[in-house]
Amino acid sequence: MSEIPADLKYTDSHEWVRDEGNGVCTVGITFHAQHLLGDLVFVELPDVKKALTAGEEAGVVESVKAASDVYSPVTGTITAINETLASTPELINEDPYIDGWLFKVKLEDEDELESLLNAEEYAEKITEED
Amino acid sequence: MNIFEKSTPHRRALMQAPRASLKTALPAALLRQTPAQLPEVSELQAVRHYTQLSQRNFSIDTHFYPLGSCTMKYNPRGVHKIAMLPDFLRRHPLAPLHESQGILQCLYELQEILKTVTGMSGVSLAPMAGAQGEFAGVAMIRAYHQARGDFARDEFLVPDAAHGTNPASAVMCGYKVREIPTKADGDLDLNALDAALSSKTAGIMLTNPSTLGVFEKQIALIAKKVHEAGGLLYYDGANLNAILGKVRPGDMGFDVMHLNLHKTFATPHGGGGPGSGPVACNDRLKPYLPVPIVDEKDGDYYLLDKSHLPHSMGRLSAFLGNTAILLRAYIYSRILGREGMIRAAEFATLNANYLMHRLQKAGFELAYPKRRASHEFIITLKTWPKQYGVSAMDVAKRLLDYGCHAPTTYFPLLVPECLLIEPTETESKEALDQFVEAMIAIQKEAKTSPDIILNAPHTQPVRRLDDVKAARQLDLVWRKAKPAEIHTEKV
Repeated sequence: MSEIPADLKYTDSHEWVRDEGNGVCTVGITFHAQHLLGDLVFVELPDVKKALTAGEEAGVVESVKAASDVYSPVTGTITAINETLASTPELINEDPYIDGWLFKVKLEDEDELESLLNAEEYAEKITEED
Repeated sequence: MNIFEKSTPHRRALMQAPRASLKTALPAALLRQTPAQLPEVSELQAVRHYTQLSQRNFSIDTHFYPLGSCTMKYNPRGVHKIAMLPDFLRRHPLAPLHESQGILQCLYELQEILKTVTGMSGVSLAPMAGAQGEFAGVAMIRAYHQARGDFARDEFLVPDAAHGTNPASAVMCGYKVREIPTKADGDLDLNALDAALSSKTAGIMLTNPSTLGVFEKQIALIAKKVHEAGGLLYYDGANLNAILGKVRPGDMGFDVMHLNLHKTFATPHGGGGPGSGPVACNDRLKPYLPVPIVDEKDGDYYLLDKSHLPHSMGRLSAFLGNTAILLRAYIYSRILGREGMIRAAEFATLNANYLMHRLQKAGFELAYPKRRASHEFIITLKTWPKQYGVSAMDVAKRLLDYGCHAPTTYFPLLVPECLLIEPTETESKEALDQFVEAMIAIQKEAKTSPDIILNAPHTQPVRRLDDVKAARQLDLVWRKAKPAEIHTEKV
């Protein structure tokens, strides 16, 4: 598994976004984010049908080290959440890009994805932070 | 093995058992019909069980305990001795005031001492813990704005270095939190403060010295800016120990604050209580202080309640607050006196700076190398995970083997792989040197035999605990095993 898959979009606050087509995208936290947090023990997700604006708090991921807000990378409405995370938050550590997804958003503006970071830009950003 | 597992049916300590003829005023309908499930052990078994548990404590009474941000100073035995005089212990909380003049005088004088120490004009001893004191302070700021008909202020400013309780208290009082970043030198980013201040600002919460262990030098300017915007300043008393008798929050421009008696005033600490977090404020906020407050007239002590202070936010605790703890803080401050308190702050700061310089010399990286430490300081082991495969948490565990409680780890969140170290004034130079030697030894181990650190602790009653499992599968309640299970276990 690549630590920063090339086909995804990213945010400064370490969320990833996958374009699923039909104006829907899936959101999770990156490999780098779960690595910084360590073993996750609790995940709080938004309600389905909730409307969020880009940058708004969408949920919380909590590890034994810290609790961290997750922000919605885009503006839109929540269409689904990953309910299996309630009992198995470790999926985010084990497989942040596939099984560890957090929620799906129906985009208000499909072009919004273009404004997010690409894999190369995100890789640069986390090297700077180091 | 817990004490229930040591149980043998029908074993009792007859001398300790309640008399069978115990009369009770409870109505028969409320009495339990089946006996309670209590451990059935002999007196000696009970004594051994709890003595052995107490011997497992890794505490300030047994070891150096430099837990940053917690001020784990020694609780002098003399204070307990006086606070446990029979007449203090026997006083009933419902005893009439004219028979309670002694305790009321102690509490009144404690209020006066805290006013002097903080530079504030009003004190209420009611809050039962630091977090409740914070809640009280922010609620008082809210009441102040509302009393002026100013309902537009719905934002509270909190620096990103703050204790988690600060934003939590603001939210509990109905505010939106705006986070203010910290500059690389540890001081608040004034440009960000300017950008955040507006007619919506209710106030700002600050800890000074901050959680980064440095004194916020721009405090006078920050106070001016916040007041000009119409907001008030809340002082988190977490780090008051560093400045006791040196500089007062009231003089820095703060309007309201809480004190953690269990830190600065050496009352018992940890294990979740009993805490005490008095709130102090200036004239502006005095009408809103929680009740009761002890007052004095012609040598008579009495209580101010809602009838005297109609704008008070009301009660936060039963009776007089956590009286037994307040009493200890009073005795501690009387034993120290004005000069003693100043000395406590000076030695707390001296100890921290001594430790900081010795560790720096030994090759440890300081998070804020250009700043003098207040009562605590931060080192960062951010290069260690890549260099040695060892994290700050591993070092914390290994310190236990060297007879030192670990410093605070991974707080503040701003500094990666950090240890926040607060030796307090009650440690000797020998104890500080021993800690430095331990850190140097661990540094060597990291280079030569990191496995020793990764598998630490080696000398404690339990090894590395699975904190992930404990958080994911929290199981706090012991349940009696079913007879069949007991049988299988025995086979």
